[in-house]
Amino acid sequence: MSVLAALLRKELRLELRTFESVPGMVLFSLTIFVVFHFGLDRASVEGDLAAGILVVTLLFAGMLGLNRLYVADEEQGGFDGFLLAPVDRTWLFVAKAIALFAYLVALEIVMVPAFALLLLEPGLGQALPELALVLALTNAGFAIIAALVGAIAVRTRARDLLGPLIALPLLVPVVIAAAGLLEPLLRETGAGGLDAKWLAILGLYDLVFGLLSVAVFDPLLED
Amino acid sequence: MTTAIELADLGRAYGERVALAGVSLTLPAGSTLVVFGPNGAGKSTLLRILATLLRPTTGTVRVLGGELPREAWKVRGRVGLLGHEPMLYRELSARENLRYHARLHGVAAERVDELLDAVGLGARAGDPISTYSRGMVQRAAAARAVLHDPELLLLDEPRANLDPAAAEALEPLLTGTTERPRTRVVTSHDPAGGLAEADVALGLRDGRPVLLGPAADVTVEQIGALYR
Repeated sequence: MSVLAALLRKELRLELRTFESVPGMVLFSLTIFVVFHFGLDRASVEGDLAAGILVVTLLFAGMLGLNRLYVADEEQGGFDGFLLAPVDRTWLFVAKAIALFAYLVALEIVMVPAFALLLLEPGLGQALPELALVLALTNAGFAIIAALVGAIAVRTRARDLLGPLIALPLLVPVVIAAAGLLEPLLRETGAGGLDAKWLAILGLYDLVFGLLSVAVFDPLLED
Repeated sequence: MTTAIELADLGRAYGERVALAGVSLTLPAGSTLVVFGPNGAGKSTLLRILATLLRPTTGTVRVLGGELPREAWKVRGRVGLLGHEPMLYRELSARENLRYHARLHGVAAERVDELLDAVGLGARAGDPISTYSRGMVQRAAAARAVLHDPELLLLDEPRANLDPAAAEALEPLLTGTTERPRTRVVTSHDPAGGLAEADVALGLRDGRPVLLGPAADVTVEQIGALYR
């Protein structure tokens, strides 16, 4: 666990010193909301449209985080430094996934109120606990895929393109399940309950891809 | 005397391009192998294979008793690499960088400050690496490479960017102690200086060994011919 703590401390310190990920993700998400606000030519959205906008915006803003996740390690020799250490390489994956999860939470702290203010017809008040649960499961799925795909993409010349190209198809189930879960929470008529089917799908996705990623991450780092 | 490195017909190719081929040698523990050769001769590739960072495409490699890449886990943590990349995060201070590596290697935090003092960076240890001169970065990188007191030290032109005083200050760290001399593989472009510290000399050209033998039997002129 001390290895994980060391990796996490390094990740968070680098982000706090450089502000390379979170501010960019926040600004990007706000920009998308403004574009939707004018592009849809409507004062507000609700239900499935609101759910779709929220999930897609989160996904695209998260892609900025994916693209930056391993850049410092690749450009500054951090990969080699880590690979020379006698530690389980899976810790790097776990640390990157946790760090990105934290960045997504920071993003949502700004993004969700901004979404409610700029676009959403109903308030979020009563749906907040359910919304937090759905976003946490969505973040987990995204962070797992991003930590895995980022490690592949960063070693290629077209990393900014390759990361999203691999990650987006893998994240389609997350988008569908998250939108399915958010739709009743964002209805104009008032928040409905969470659909257990979508909740199970999202939870299962996180579990399966989490285990798969742990299994394949070490060989991925091999030359 | 135990053997630290055994290479038999070692080769490495990047696609069609052969970076290293036909390297066979045995290096006893505690000795220094100095590798000479012009840029692109395969020196850094050899070091990265020995460090477990690259897989050989042909031949066999045994380092510190472990066959690579199959037993790389036995070797990691016993090897130190000072390459062209300092392996230090620019936005972190030297102390933060070394403490990070110390935790990865299970080394006590006190050793970090000892080493930073030893390389003359004690006063600037809290400053970000991005504010250091190239020589200071090289000194911090050297401290990182020996942080875990490795049995085998791989040094890729270790004195690059260092003034003579800094190079001299680093010498004890890089050579080890008389009681426990380090096994070292050093790349160099300095025939006289390289031969002076070598027990065994290897000359590479276009990835192939063209010179190999005890350093005492190799002349500066032979090394110089590699570059012509």
